[in-house]
Amino acid sequence: MIRLLGGIGAQVLAMLAVIGRVTLYALLTLRHLVTPPFYAREFGSALLQIGWLSLPVVGLTAFFTGGALALQIYAGGSRFDAEAVVPQIVAIGMVRELGPVLVGLMIAARVTSSIAAEIATMKVTEQIDALVTLSTHPMKYLTVPRVLAAFVTVPLLVGIGDIIGIFGGYTVAVRSLGFNASTYLQNTVDFLEPLDLISSLVKGAAFGVIAALMGCYSGMNSGRGAQGVGRATKSSVEAASVLILAANFLLTGVFFSI
Amino acid sequence: MIRFDDVHKAFGANQVLRGLTLEVPKGESMVIIGGSGTGKSVALKCVLGLVQPDRGLIEVDGRDATEGDRDAFLARFGMLFQGGALFDSLPVWQNVAFRLLRGELKRPKAEAREIAVEKLRRVGLSPDVADRFPAELSGGMQKRVGLARAIAADPEIIFFDEPTTGLDPIMAGVINDLIREIVVEMGATAMTITHDMTSVRAIADRVAMLHGGKIRWTGPVAQMDNSGDPYLDQFIHGRAEGPIAAVR
Ligand SMILES: Nc1ncnc2c1ncn2[C@@H]1O[C@H](COP(=O)(O)OP(=O)(O)O)[C@@H](O)[C@H]1O
Ligand SMILES: [Mg+2]
Repeated sequence: MIRLLGGIGAQVLAMLAVIGRVTLYALLTLRHLVTPPFYAREFGSALLQIGWLSLPVVGLTAFFTGGALALQIYAGGSRFDAEAVVPQIVAIGMVRELGPVLVGLMIAARVTSSIAAEIATMKVTEQIDALVTLSTHPMKYLTVPRVLAAFVTVPLLVGIGDIIGIFGGYTVAVRSLGFNASTYLQNTVDFLEPLDLISSLVKGAAFGVIAALMGCYSGMNSGRGAQGVGRATKSSVEAASVLILAANFLLTGVFFSI
Repeated sequence: MIRFDDVHKAFGANQVLRGLTLEVPKGESMVIIGGSGTGKSVALKCVLGLVQPDRGLIEVDGRDATEGDRDAFLARFGMLFQGGALFDSLPVWQNVAFRLLRGELKRPKAEAREIAVEKLRRVGLSPDVADRFPAELSGGMQKRVGLARAIAADPEIIFFDEPTTGLDPIMAGVINDLIREIVVEMGATAMTITHDMTSVRAIADRVAMLHGGKIRWTGPVAQMDNSGDPYLDQFIHGRAEGPIAAVR
């Protein structure tokens, strides 16, 4: 029994220690962000990797989710004669919650994993050591460009995801649920408020930072060998996903509970 | 001059360096030999601050290696890593010219490329390698690119971690000559780790043997053959029998 409690205690302590180290890592990233040099080329390629190349997966995810959402709301709404709310609920559901969360999770799957695997491999093959000996700070060269690129592009991806998601709902509603196209769009536009959009983009920025930061952190702290790379990748995606969901809960509270 | 004074380093329970004491005079070529896993690479990494020693002091030209401006300190060094450690996201020439493309030594792209191609030629690689990516090269070629990168900015102090491992005998000869040349012509201080006794004789002014986390023997290369040290003799002649256990 005591051993069990001890085990749990040790786990909790270890988790707190990791949270502390990640926080420290985030602050360090911030410090390196505001001090020169800034590696513009690395930033450019991170923009491409994180933003542009994530578009297809983000678009598909959002489209299918929007479509499914419309079907569900229609089915659920019809139980109390409220089928007409489909456009409003799809809009609010996509923009406030599903858009940012799904894009965040897709970014965690796609970007966090690839950042973690890449940096961990660099660590294992001594490329990080080589960077240091070539007077290049790994934080500045690897972490800052990726985190900044995620901060800039993920909100855009979320915005695009919101639009495509609404369009998915619209397509389903108009094609198979018999909604009138222009009324659907009108209802959507009338219903959404600026705060909905702002919260969506703020969430996107936060999730982007979390995703990129966790990838870099896990990669930099990878163990040795192929196994080390595997572990770093796995734990980075786990941590990023959980943190994104937790941050979503917090941010939703901040934006909408008052 | 590089001076190790009673340097200790352990990774968990694995005691690697246990009181390493060694002096490498300026402008000389020191070769470190010793069995695999005795901590030769770790010793070099301690100088560069890539590994923090648990105890002991490392001085470069009389100044504590851990103090002062890191960038200025590291700018004096070139290092060839045991595995090459090339950046696989960059083409070969940008690897070689890495230091020349950013930071204080930055210069125009065309000029950096020219220097890279010239350094590649010195390690026996033709200019058409310049635009390939490291993953497209053989192990021996990657090693030579790593060597070209180490010498690209004409450093004062150069570390070579197993420069000839994985090369054919002719290429090994080319690299040995190159290292010798760098020390003699540029007056650089070199520390080379190798298991290749031909290399030792070709490169070294002085030799040090690392065993059990300490320097077992050190002296001019000419005295290596009649040191009277059974450990060194066993290593030089590659005998399975002797004081160094074959199972480690
Ligand atoms: N970063 C590290 N973490 C844990 N152990 C290490 C690390 N670097 C080296 N070691 C261990 O230190 C010992 C010496 O390694 P190394 O210096 O690479 O040997 P070698 O003399 O062959 O170059 C080995 O047992 C190795 O496993
Ligand atoms: Mg080694």
